[in-house]
Amino acid sequence: MALLQLERISAQYPGSPEPVLADISLSLGPRQLLVALGPSGSGKTSLLNLIAGFVEPSAGRITLDGVPVKGPSAERGVVFQDDALLPWQDVLANVGFGLELAGVSREKREIRAREMLALVDLTGFENRRIWQLSGGQKQRVGLARALAADPRVLLMDEPFGALDAFTREQMQALLLQVWQRTAKPVFLITHDIEEAVFLATDLILLAPNPGQIVERLSLDFGQRYAAGESARAIKSDPRFIETREHVLAKVFSQRSAATRQERA
Amino acid sequence: MSSYEIPAIAVKPGSTLIPVRRSLSTRWISVLTLIALVALWWAVTATGMIEPLFLPPPSAVLQKGWLLVTTGYMDSTLWQHLGASLSRIGLGLGFAVLTAVPVGIAIGHNRIARGILDPLIEFYRPIPPLAYLPLIVIWCGIGELSKVLLIYLAIFAPIAIATATGVRTVDPAKLRAAQSLGATRAQLIRHVILPSALPDILTGVRIGLGVGWSTLVAAELIAATSGLGFMVQSAAQFLVTDVVVLGILVIALIAFAMEMGLRALQRKLVPWHGQAH
Repeated sequence: MALLQLERISAQYPGSPEPVLADISLSLGPRQLLVALGPSGSGKTSLLNLIAGFVEPSAGRITLDGVPVKGPSAERGVVFQDDALLPWQDVLANVGFGLELAGVSREKREIRAREMLALVDLTGFENRRIWQLSGGQKQRVGLARALAADPRVLLMDEPFGALDAFTREQMQALLLQVWQRTAKPVFLITHDIEEAVFLATDLILLAPNPGQIVERLSLDFGQRYAAGESARAIKSDPRFIETREHVLAKVFSQRSAATRQERA
Repeated sequence: MSSYEIPAIAVKPGSTLIPVRRSLSTRWISVLTLIALVALWWAVTATGMIEPLFLPPPSAVLQKGWLLVTTGYMDSTLWQHLGASLSRIGLGLGFAVLTAVPVGIAIGHNRIARGILDPLIEFYRPIPPLAYLPLIVIWCGIGELSKVLLIYLAIFAPIAIATATGVRTVDPAKLRAAQSLGATRAQLIRHVILPSALPDILTGVRIGLGVGWSTLVAAELIAATSGLGFMVQSAAQFLVTDVVVLGILVIALIAFAMEMGLRALQRKLVPWHGQAH
């Protein structure tokens, strides 16, 4: 039973004749980690912004639990690429921010915020200032903040894109752990092929001009990690490499097709 | 800008990681310059190169200062003149902050408010306040109201403009983050826009206070019966040069103290400003 449903979504920037997304249909159900992978210009950020409610589609329908999505709401939590934390508050207040907006008492939201910080391995950082954190720690706070508001689905906008390779690897593992424990459906966009293949239970590959889905895959590498296998073992598994190369080839064949089209 | 408390992990742009060997810190060079100036002042007056009528020696100014504090000049002590000036700028500043910040938020946030208010502010802002002082005097008389109103107008524009700039440059990702956590429009202003704009608001207050203080002193030179500007002006009419010099020094000192106070306030209220955020 799908929770989030996109039916034949198209999107267009105002004043631009070319659509950024054309005829996108997808669904996200419980225990799914849906990754949208695509090169820049493939409309993946637009797709996330549509689901988050920051922009409206020019055609099609987005529903959450059968109810049409209208504008941003706490039901759809977002983790941003550049953390978007509030520097005038400490870590604990940032994590509890959504609850503060909802009018939850200070005591209750601090309890919840501490739980969420424990979930992302940041216990002991409650009273740190935002600018004292590293990039990876900021993303953890961003994740904890989104989870604290208890959204129905979690949307992640290239959350590890600005991190170094070592931190990114740790954060991917952390995300799988959190996803497993909270059982929240996750929609994540990335341009990192290995990240997409590793994390996704369901992968969609987007191609540009206009943004469209050119491949859908069901994968289980993330679940294998959650079941206890090591990340390195999974990523060096021939099946993982094969999947990665398959996706990579697909991206390039799309690109050369696009170039041929331009030349013609 | 140089004395923010920086945690060990953050390196400010422009700061150097390689320790530079300095025999004299910049602050000490400034202090020595001041001492040298006072020494020069003392030297030219003590040797009689300049008549006391044009420049009294530092000692005479100090003595006069003591006299002003204890017995006063033109019916008021130095404290009373100072108090008159400070209460005028305090009132003007208070009203300006209370009104200019909401107006600035409206300009930065709302298209219609911007359309109405922006041209009005941009029209009167470049006019030197003393140019419309005569009109204010015609309307409101020569009492306290016209002086407070003048200061208010002088301070209002920089704060409103700085606030609007701060509101317009709020990080859109922070707004979206708050929206996707369920923030209403009012909550966005209260929890995201206002704190984001606070560094700019404080910069506006700093600029406004500078303009306001010079406007006030100039207004007191023209139309007042108390205040530091009045004290200097009336002393000049009787060629009491030591009171003139003393008045100028006090005026400078107050301006300096206000600037330093606001910088300290800025460090305290917006410690994140200038950090990588």
